[in-house]
Formats: sequence, structure tokens, C-alpha cells
Amino acid sequence: MSDYDPVEVTPLHADELSRMEADAVAAIKAADSLDALKQVRLAHAGDRSPIALANREIGALPPAARAEAGKRIGAARKAVGEALAARQAELEAERDARVLVEETVDVTLPWDRRPQGARHPLTTMQERIADTFVAMGYEVAEGPELEGEWFNFDALNISKDHPARSDHDTFFVESADSGMVLRTQTSPVQIRALLQRGVPCYVVSPGKTFRTDELDATHTPVFHQVEGLAVDEGLTMAHLKGTLDRFAEVMFGEGITTRFRPHYFPFTEPSAEMDLKCFVCRGTSAVPGNPPCRTCKSEGWIEWGGCGMVNPRVLVAGGVDPARYSGFAFGMGIERTLMFRHNAEDMRDMVEGDVRFSLPFGMEI
Amino acid sequence: MKAPLSWLREYVDLPPVTAHEVAERLTAAGLKLERIISHGHDVKNVVVGEVLEFEELTGFKKPIRHCKVEVGEATPREIICGAVNFEAGDRVPVVLPGGVLPGGFEVGSRKTYGRLSEGMICSERELGLGEGHDGIMVLPSETPIGADVVELLGLRDDVIEMEITPDISYAMSMRGVAREAAIAFGVPFRDPADLQPPAATEEAWPAWIADATACDRFVLREVRGFDPDAQSPLWMRVRLTRAGMRPVSLAVDITNYVMLELGQPLHAFDRAKLTGEIVVRRAEPGERLETLDHVVRELHPEDILITDQSGPISMAGTMGGLATEISETTTDVVIEAAHFSAPGISRESRAHNLVSESSKRFERGVDRELPLVATWRAVTMLAELGGAAIQPGLTHAEVEVEPARIAIPAGYPGQVGGVPYPKETVVRRLEQVGCTVTDGDDPAIRRGGVAPTAVVTGGEIAARLAVTGPDMITVTPPSWRTDLTDPADLAEEVIRLEGYEGLPSVLPKAPAGAGLTETQRLRRRVGRVLAAHGYVEVLSYPFIGQADLDNLQLPADDDRRRATRLTNPISDDEPYMRTTLLPGLLKTLVRNVGRGFPDVALFESGLVYRAKPDAPSAAPVFGVERAPTEEELAALEAALPAQPERLAVVLAGEFDRSGWWGKGRQATWADAVEAARLAAAQAGVELRIAADQHEPWHPGRCAALYSGDTLVGHAGELHPRVIEAYGLPPRTCAMELELSRLTLRGPVDAPAVSSYPVATQDVALIVAADTPEAEVAAALREGAGELLESIRLFDVYTGAQVGEGNKSLAYTLRFRAPDRTLTVEETTAARDAAVALAADRVGASLRGA
Repeated sequence: MSDYDPVEVTPLHADELSRMEADAVAAIKAADSLDALKQVRLAHAGDRSPIALANREIGALPPAARAEAGKRIGAARKAVGEALAARQAELEAERDARVLVEETVDVTLPWDRRPQGARHPLTTMQERIADTFVAMGYEVAEGPELEGEWFNFDALNISKDHPARSDHDTFFVESADSGMVLRTQTSPVQIRALLQRGVPCYVVSPGKTFRTDELDATHTPVFHQVEGLAVDEGLTMAHLKGTLDRFAEVMFGEGITTRFRPHYFPFTEPSAEMDLKCFVCRGTSAVPGNPPCRTCKSEGWIEWGGCGMVNPRVLVAGGVDPARYSGFAFGMGIERTLMFRHNAEDMRDMVEGDVRFSLPFGMEI
Repeated sequence: MKAPLSWLREYVDLPPVTAHEVAERLTAAGLKLERIISHGHDVKNVVVGEVLEFEELTGFKKPIRHCKVEVGEATPREIICGAVNFEAGDRVPVVLPGGVLPGGFEVGSRKTYGRLSEGMICSERELGLGEGHDGIMVLPSETPIGADVVELLGLRDDVIEMEITPDISYAMSMRGVAREAAIAFGVPFRDPADLQPPAATEEAWPAWIADATACDRFVLREVRGFDPDAQSPLWMRVRLTRAGMRPVSLAVDITNYVMLELGQPLHAFDRAKLTGEIVVRRAEPGERLETLDHVVRELHPEDILITDQSGPISMAGTMGGLATEISETTTDVVIEAAHFSAPGISRESRAHNLVSESSKRFERGVDRELPLVATWRAVTMLAELGGAAIQPGLTHAEVEVEPARIAIPAGYPGQVGGVPYPKETVVRRLEQVGCTVTDGDDPAIRRGGVAPTAVVTGGEIAARLAVTGPDMITVTPPSWRTDLTDPADLAEEVIRLEGYEGLPSVLPKAPAGAGLTETQRLRRRVGRVLAAHGYVEVLSYPFIGQADLDNLQLPADDDRRRATRLTNPISDDEPYMRTTLLPGLLKTLVRNVGRGFPDVALFESGLVYRAKPDAPSAAPVFGVERAPTEEELAALEAALPAQPERLAVVLAGEFDRSGWWGKGRQATWADAVEAARLAAAQAGVELRIAADQHEPWHPGRCAALYSGDTLVGHAGELHPRVIEAYGLPPRTCAMELELSRLTLRGPVDAPAVSSYPVATQDVALIVAADTPEAEVAAALREGAGELLESIRLFDVYTGAQVGEGNKSLAYTLRFRAPDRTLTVEETTAARDAAVALAADRVGASLRGA
């Protein structure tokens, strides 16, 4: 090292560096692919490139010359770097224009290796209804489907010889006097809720119910209802009306017209049926002379469900003091609701489990 | 109930409104319109004619008359007639050419039987008056010729058919409907029961009540010299027909007419066929009665009977006996009207499966004050229309009954309705329905009355239902409103008549709820995850049959054979409640395949019904005067079958579809197990899988599913016999697990995520071919210790290289520490420990070692 002339370091000569830079830029320009450019980058900007090697020689210069040499190196590197970046951009643009086009596929090809399934619309309808009431502060109560006769009838003020009892075409279990039936309505859950939860009590209870009807377009022996019950201090029929109006609005949209019509249920007094104005004929078919309507059978209204103020006798059976508490209850058919809301016409489609019926409904309704 | 509008108008001065408007008001009062049946609105050009003469035409298959009929025109009409029940000089209804008969049947002038026929002589049926079709209608001789028959016979009418709820039995009469119509329109009501029968001193046919629980009033009147040939007048037959009853004979028609008019069922006995004193009592063992429908009925001890010295002569309030029935020769008639126990008649009607117009009314409750009036009305009509002589006597057996009285604060109806009603309104409405209202609450008179529908009144329950407050009023409901027993009943009357449409709509503020329960959320998650994985939900009927239990190849002692049975199933082939979800799903799968969908994946979640082996055979039925005690409720629950919630899937055909990308993949046992894992994962449960043999699965392809040590279900491929028995596609797979047995994991502890690098080691182990992989993996996992992050099986190999009867399982083990980069020595040690435990547990050896 001692015979090394520090001043005469050839690679750091300005001419020499200019040549290196020119070589690099020429090679960069000549690179015709990204791969080639990668090689050029190694050769002219890598650790073993002439400029990098020249840089190592700076230490051999007298201190006074180092700054000047450093500057020259820096300038050369910058120029090479810019050329590289520019060529990189050029080549990438070229690739995008060519190669990616070559890789084009037909994205319209179907890809249904595992089609989605679906939940049953009666299930999702029950959930939507439950959610509607949960949003109002209700909870979802449950009870057995094979139920004690006392819960299904007696506690609901339907005594053994009550005419309403024979109107319920009841499935009896084991024997007609076993005290057990398939529940004919979701109303027994009212009693269970009162006995288990006490008051105040705001619950809905969707579920399966059973009556001995043969399956046809409008009947099925196994069907679904949703029961609602609110027992609290100071509840009135106006609260019942407000609740069901809101319910109808959520289910069928703003502008739905409802009506309360006096009716009879042993477990409510006063009792009412809730009708919806027919959304097909808007009630016009009921007026003589107008065209008939298949949906409402030209009655102008469609029965949606029954409701009323909980009969104080039912409160007594549920262990609630009717002198202090009052309540309302309602029950709607889920199948009917599906029919009205989604134009389902035939009950058999809901029962048979044909995948074509459920698939369009997807996960929610 | 069918109410002809013309009949209604007899008792109510209705304004000039249409039947539709009347029906709308009645609907708003609770008598719901079913339909309006219009009669005669299309009829025109039917006039009264006189048959001047006729010629019998011969040479036809039946007798044909060519008549000259005077109809008040310039010349008589020539009309061909196929009936023979008239003479020259008879007045008859004639539809002239261009006229229209009911049903839009147009009549013209035409040539028939070789003669011209200008119109038609009409029968009752052709005029829409009834079913009578024995010839044409002959009118009274004084009927004016040329008169409009539509007006003359009242052909034009509208019948309002209503749904009558079981509580308002009074509306099963014209009297009741008319009262409601009068209130609805605010017009006066003329009560057809407002009759004044003359006082009677002597008794008619002797009778007494032997069972006061069966009957509290029994009334008999007699007529003699009734003309058995007398016909029911046309107006009566028309009304009966339009109200839905078939005319029979004058005496029977009168009893039916009075029942429709007033609501009191009546019975007519042939006096000549009665023997001795009549007694109202319950049946005695072994008694029988042949009823009017010619059925000999074995009577039940509870049946309420009307008997004479010969034995039973009528099933009270349900159907009369054949032996004492009035016949075409009866001249002396005993008319009976009574007030029977409503639950008694309900039971009787049900026990004999015998529903009559009479039983329908009695079981709902009949006006106790009617028998005296109704029998009088009937005998009067028998006299007027049948020439009978009314006998002066009256038999009136009676049991003293306290009328129901209810006290309420005058503000109570408004409190129930949520809208204040002035006291005057409350009193006026209650009086309109027939109540007597007095101020104040007199506990001495507030007593239970006769309960028509077996509701408990009086005593403990009355005290619990009592409502108190300021400004009490005491209300005595009228005798026809047997449904008014409780304060709430009175509230309904006021609110109903003031109009439900007037109630405000107010949303109550419920206290904040807790939302869905964890179980309810789980149910939704399970449904969503399965649907997302290609399964379609079905809701099949929960009924199964013996054939299902056999098709599933269940052994004789299998628990699932202990099914709860229905006494009245829809199909005798499926009398049991399901103990497994599979039969319904498998049948649904077959249906879908049959409809052209061979690739099906279905799921269902729902209850199964598992009879408890030691359950009592009956569930207790409690009273309703109070809530049952804990012990009572426990006794009820003990009798009910367990009803756990289950989830099942069935799948067949391709689970991953074939397509342009290549071949698909058939559903296998593994998909069934995967469905179980997916579902269990929703509960935070990682299932443990073990080989099992359990029907209906393939004995070599059946996985038992465990949550911890609890068996929760099975999954796999179905047994070929099951597949054959149900006609399923080959290799159909199924899974069933009991959701109720999954213990929901609580909140998840968030893991600390290590940012140190992973170290990976692969091992290939040779084990005996019948070693369950799950055991090998479990041993590796346990042996590898805490540093193991995950383990994954990436190859299963059998073949010569691993020896006969062996298999090779290749795993990737990933190790990572939370606090440092692992050294090769550490991971190797962990791997060796894993392999060592696998060697120890399942005899595994390192492949190539």
C-alpha cells in the first residue's frame, strides 16, 4: 500500500466517472425487459459496479480531495439511479400493456362449485318478527310443543266443556285424557312466561303449533304462530293498538292500514281481530259492483291475527294480581304473514322442503 | 248465521241502506260478515197469470201441456208446460219472453214440442224460493192477474251471513242480530220476544226436573186438533231456506222458525206417543235411545235426557227420539222448550259426535227467560197456520237461579280501553245491550250467576276478579247475555259499541330487555353457517311411523323406538312423534331428488320428543282459581316427554359441483362430520370424533361426536339397508346432533399474538392401519407441549413402503414461542417428545427411522 499514489487514483478521475456513468446509462437504455434491467442494475448500481468500486477508493485520497471526489460519485450515482427508475417505469408500463393483456381471462365464466344454501323463510320470518319486538324491549320466550292441557286450555280460560275447545282440532297424546296435547297455539307460553318471569313481562314467542287439519293449499296440521304478551301496570287497549300498528308497519311497510274488529277469544277480554286492508285491491273489491279480489275474497280486509287485553282470569292462573296489573296479548300466523308479505300462494310449498322454494329467500327475510 | 235483510227490517227501522252497509256496521260490532247472498235482483218480467185452458199433448216421453194463460195483456199467452199439478183456472207465476229468472236465466219465445211457447210457468225452485220441485207453483186464487211476482212473493232479498263467535249465542237468532243492528244504527228495536202469554192456572202434560244441574227450566204447552195436512206458508219456507234450514213439515218448520227468530230451540212431541209423567234426568246405565236420525245410541251416564214412563224420549237439547216424533198423522202436539246446562249439552254433543242447530245454541248459552215465550209463540203459530186449538194449560218446572251481578267503577271501561268514557256513555251502552245499571256497589247482590260456558263464577275467583274504585255501578246483565260474568266483559261491551276504531294508538314503553339469549343466538348462527356452506333448511312434520323406525334399522331396544303416540294422527301410518329428525329429512331428500335435484344438502333443527321411561301416564290438570304451586308444576313437567333440540343434515350427490373447471366431488361421510364441526364451533365447542357403530349409519363409516365426554351425536355415511329402505341415492350421508347437549363456551379470552418467527417441522409416522388418526394427532399435540402452535395432517399413505397392515400419517408441526425465537434444538426436542408420546400411545414409529 505504501507505493500507492494517493493523488493518482484513476477511477476517481472526472473523466473516468463520466465514462462509467455513460456506460451505465447506455446499458440501462439498452435493457429490453425487466429481467434485463435487473441484471443492469446489478452490474451498474450494485455493490460490485464500477461506481461502487470507485467509491471505495475515496479513502486513498488526501483529505482535501475527498469531498470533491465524493461529490462526483454522488452525482454519478444519482444520474444512474434516475435512469434506472425511468427505465423501470417504462418497462413496467410496457409489461402492463402487453403481458397483463396476454393474461386476460373470461371473468364471466360461472364459478359455482359450492352454491349457497338457504334458511327456511318461516324460520327467518320468525326471527325478523322476534327482532322487531326485541327492538321494542321484549324478550323471546319459549315453551314445549308437546304441552300440558292445563297450559294449552284451562289456564287460558278454555275449560273442558268450552265450545272454543272443540274448535281447536287438537292432537291428543297417548290418550284423550292424558292431560297432554300438541299445543294448538303459542298462547300457553303466555302462562309459562308469567309463572317463570313474573311481572312486568314483555315477551314474544314464535313457534310451531298443531291442529288436525289435512294439508292443502291453505291448511297444514303443523304451522307457526308468534305470540306476544305484555303485562304491566297501566297497560290499555290503546297500547295494544299502538304495538300492533307498529308491528304491521315494520312488516308490511309504512302506509299499511289496519283495523281492530271485535272478536272472541277466551283468553282475552276485550278481544279483537286485527285486519289489514287488502294490499291487492286496497279494499275496493268489497264494494258491490267492483271487480272481485282473490287475495281478500272481496272482503276488502285480510285477517292477520287475534289479540286483546289479557283476560284477568288468565292473569290469575299465571299468578298475577289483576287488580294491579293489566296486559295485552296477540297471536299472528307466520304462514299467513309469509303469504301476505311475499305472495306465497300455496301452503304446501312451505311444508314440502323443495329447495327451489327456500333458496331465493337466502339467509334473512 | 244467515239473516235475511227483509226479516231484520221487521224488528229494526233501518235507514235505507244496502245490505253491505248493514253488514259493515255489524262487523264493527263483532258479527263478522262472511258473505252477502243476493236473491232475485236479476229477476224481471215475472207476472201472475191464470191458466184459461190447456191441451194435453201426446206422443212425448212425458206429459206435456199446451196452455193458454191470461197475463193481463191484450191476448192470452200460449205456453208449453211439463208439469201436471194444476187445473184450468189456477193462478200461476209466469215469466214472459224477455224475462229473467234467478241466476240470470233468460227466457224467450220459442218453438218446442211442435208448438210456440211464449215464456214459462215457474216452479218454486225456478223462482229461487226453495228446493220444492214437484211441479209448478200454484198461487192463491185471489192473486191479481198481471201482478209483479217479484214484489208479490218478496223474491228480492239479501241475506247477510255472519260468523258468530261462541260467546254471543244470542246472535244466533234474528232477535239478537236485530238488536245489534238497532244499536249500530241508533234506531229503535222491536223485540219479537216481547209477547204476553196468558196466565195459566192448570198444568199441561205433567213434568218435573229430577237433576237441577242438568236443567233449570222446563216448559210444555199443548195443542190439539192440528191439521197434519196443513202446509207451511210460502213466506215461512222462504225464510227458513234463506236462513239455511230445510223446510220439512208445518209443525217442524214452526219449531225451527221460532228457534231462528228467538234463539230458543224447541221440540215437538206427538202427544199420543207419550206415556205418563215426563222427567228431566241423567241417563242410567244401559239406557238407549233411537234418535230422529235412526241411530240407536248407547247413552252415557252424564247425558241429559227427557224421559217418560217408557224410558228416554229425547236427548235433551241435542236430538229428539224417534218413537215420540210427530208424524204425518199427528194432531195433538206437546211443545217443549227448556234451559239446559250449557256444559252438559256440550259434553253430550261431543260424546255422541252429534252437532245440531239446537246443541250449537245450548252449549253456547240460551236466554233462560225464553221458554215461556217461545212455546207460546209456537203454539200460536200452530193454531194460526195449522188450525190447532191451544190448550190452556202450562207446565213450568223451574230451579231457582240467582242472576249474575257485576260491580265496576264507572271509569273501568275507559281504563281498559285507554280512552276515557263519560259515565253516561258507559251506562247508556250497558243499558243498550239489555243490562240493568244501578249506582253503588252492593256486595250483597254481587254474586255469581249461571255460567254458560262452565266458567267458574262467584267465590274465590270472583274476589280475585273484582275491580274497585270510585263511582261504583252495579250491573245486572240481561238473561240473554250469559257471557257477561266478569268486569272485563262489561268493559268490552262499552268499548265495542263505542267502536274499536276510536281507540287511540299508543306505543307502550317497555322496560329495557336483555335481547336474545345465548341459545337463541346459537340457533341462528348454526342456521347461517350451514346455509353458507350449501345446506338448505327444511321444516318437516314431526310425525313418524313404525316403518321409519324399521327403515332406520333401529334395534328392538333402541331408545328412539320409545316414541310418544298421538291418539288422532293425521295419518295412521305416522302416529308417533319423532325421536330423531332423520326420517323427515330423508323423505324430503328423496322428494327433491325425484324432482330433478340429485345434488342435495338439507338441514333441519327442531325438537324431538323423548318419552321419559319413568314418567307418569298423565299430566295433572289444575284448577284456574290460582296459579299452580311449584310442586304441581313439577308434577306436570314430569309427565311431559323431554323435548331436546336437535340439528340434522342429510346430503347426497355432488357436494362440490362438476363444471367447466373439472370434476366435482361427491358428498362423503367427511362432509357430514364437517357439518357437525361447523355447528359445534358456533357454540365454541371443538368436537371430539371417535369411530362408532350406530344405526342408521354404515358400521365402518360412523363417527360418534363428543363434546368433552358427552356424546352429542353421530355423523357419517348411511347404512346401505337404510339407503335401500328409503330409496335414497347411493352413499347418502347424514349427521344428527343434540344442540341442547352442547355447553356454550363463555366469552373468549383474547390470545396474545407472538411476533417471533415460526419454526416448522414435518414428521411422518407409521401406525397400524386401524389406528384412529384422531388419537395419533391427540398424542402428538399433547407430546409437543406448549410450544406447538398448530398441527396439520397433510398426507395419508398406505402401500408396500410402509408395510402390510400399516399406514403413514404425515404432519406439519408449527412451533412458536411467545417471547423468543426458537432454536433448532428446542423445536427438535419438542418434535421428538411429540413422536415419543405417539409411539407410546398408539405404537407410532417415525417413517424412515
